[in-house]
Amino acid sequence: MRLGVKLLLVAVAVVAAGVMIGFYVSNLTTLAGSPSYALPVSGSSAHPVVNLQIQTVAAVGPKLSQNPDWVSYLVKENGQWKRKTVWDLPAHATVHVTIFNFDGASALRNPFFARPQGMVGNRILVDGKPADHIDPNDASHTFAVPALGIILGIPGVADDAKNQCGYAPCPMSNAHRTIKFTFHTTTPGHFRWQCFVPCAAGWLDGFGGPMQTIGYMDGFLNVKA
Amino acid sequence: MATADPNAVAAPPGDSRNHGQRVVVAWLVLSAVATPLVAVFVGRLIPPGNHSEQSTGQVFDNTLMLAVITPVICLLAVFFFYGLRTFRTTSGALVDGPPLRNDARIQVLWIVITSTLVLFLAGFGTFELLQNGSGGGQGPNPIAVPGGSKFQVQVIGQQWQFTYRYPSLGGLESNQLYLPADTDVELHVTSLDVIHSFWAYELGVKADANPGVDNVLFVRTKGPGVFHVRCAELCGLWHGYMFNNGRVVDSGQFDAWASKQQKLYAAIKPFMDRPESDGGAPYSKTYFPAPDRRAG
Repeated sequence: MRLGVKLLLVAVAVVAAGVMIGFYVSNLTTLAGSPSYALPVSGSSAHPVVNLQIQTVAAVGPKLSQNPDWVSYLVKENGQWKRKTVWDLPAHATVHVTIFNFDGASALRNPFFARPQGMVGNRILVDGKPADHIDPNDASHTFAVPALGIILGIPGVADDAKNQCGYAPCPMSNAHRTIKFTFHTTTPGHFRWQCFVPCAAGWLDGFGGPMQTIGYMDGFLNVKA
Repeated sequence: MATADPNAVAAPPGDSRNHGQRVVVAWLVLSAVATPLVAVFVGRLIPPGNHSEQSTGQVFDNTLMLAVITPVICLLAVFFFYGLRTFRTTSGALVDGPPLRNDARIQVLWIVITSTLVLFLAGFGTFELLQNGSGGGQGPNPIAVPGGSKFQVQVIGQQWQFTYRYPSLGGLESNQLYLPADTDVELHVTSLDVIHSFWAYELGVKADANPGVDNVLFVRTKGPGVFHVRCAELCGLWHGYMFNNGRVVDSGQFDAWASKQQKLYAAIKPFMDRPESDGGAPYSKTYFPAPDRRAG
C-alpha cells in the first residue's frame, strides 16, 4: 500500500475517533440514562421564575424503568411524572422547588447534611412548617447541588403510615412528605445534583445501581443563558 | 571458524582522534552551562507552588532532582549527537567498525557514578520525607511528626464531597476548608464509604481516605491564599465533580469564619454531639459504611 494511502487512512481513522468521542461527551447525559427536560419559565426575561416539582419514590416501577425496584427521583412534566433528572434552567432565575417524598426514612450517614443550606434563608418548609434542620434519623434522601452550595435532607414517611406507595408514579393520596424551598440560579453552567443517602436497596452498602446511574438519584442542572 | 565476508570493505585506517576525550569535554561544558540554567529557570516552574512549607519543600526536592539528572541527560545528548555526526557514513558501503574491547576502568566508573547517584537520591528522599512527612499521608501512627502544637482538622470523604470537622471548634463540621495562616496543621483523613484521596494541590498535601482508617498528615501553612482540593482516587459516578476550593486566611478572618459557621450549624450541633448509635456523629477517628436500614 502506498504511503499516501496509509497516511490518509490513519487521518480518517483519527478524525472518526475524534468525532465519536466528541459525540459521546456532548451527549453524555442522554447516553447515561436521562433525557433533559427544559422547565417552563414564567416571569420576565430579566427575572425568570421556574417551578420545579419532583417526587422521590422507593421503587420507580415497571412503567418508568427497566429496573422497577430502583429508588428514584421523578419530575413533573406537563402534569405527568417522568423519570428525567437532567433539567434545563435559565440563569439568574428564581426556582421554587416542591419535593413530594413517598419513601420511608433510612437515616443520614453524615448528620452534617441535616442542615438545609444554599437556598433562600437557609430554610425549608417541611409539610408547611419552616425548618432549619431535620432529625438525621428521619432522613429519607437528600437533594444536593454541591457546586451551588445547596444541601437539604428530606424527611421520610413514617414506617407505620397508612396507604404507602408501592410503585411510582405515586398519587398524592398516598402517604408522603412535602418539602418546599427556593433557590436562585447563577451564571450558566453544568451542575450535578445528587442524593447523599446511600439509598440503593440491595446493593453493597447502598452505593450501587440507582446511586451510580444518572436518571435515578443523580442528575444535572443545565443552567443556560 | 567463521569465514570473512567477501563483500565487506576493509576497515579505514586508524582514527587518531580521541573521541572519548572530546565527548567528555563537550559533556562537561554543556553540563556546566545547562545545570544552573535548569535549576534557576525551570525549577521555579515546577509545581505545586509555595502555599505551605511542604509544597515549598517539594519544589526544592523536584528542582534538586532535576538538577541532578541534567548532566545525565546532557551525557546522553552529547553521546547521541557526537556519534550521529562523527560516525555517520555517507558512501553507502558496508564497513566494519573498529573492534569493541572491554574496558574495566569505564565499567567501574559507570557503576560507581550511577550507584552514587541512586544512593544519594534515596538518602536525600528519605531525609526529606522524615523532616515533616512531605505532605503525604502517614497512616494512623505517623513517624515524621513536626514538633510543637498543631491545629487539628478531620477530612471526611463521602460520595461525593469532602467535609471538614474541627475538634477545637466544638466538633464543627463544614463543607468549606479554612485553615489559619502560618500554622502547623494536623489533618486526619478518613472516609465514610469508599476509598477517596484528599489532594490539596497547592498545599502539597495528598492522602488516601479509607473507611476505617485514620490517615494522618501534617502541613505548615504560609500566608493567605486559595488552594484547590480534589479527589484523586476514582470513587464512583461523580468522582470528576468531587472538588472544591480551600482557603488559608489570617487569624482574624479565620475566627470570623468559624463564628459564622458555628451559628449556621448550631441547629444540628445536638446531633453532631449525640452518640453515633443515636443518629449523631461524635468526633471519631474513623467511620465505617454501616447504613442501618435500607442497604442491609
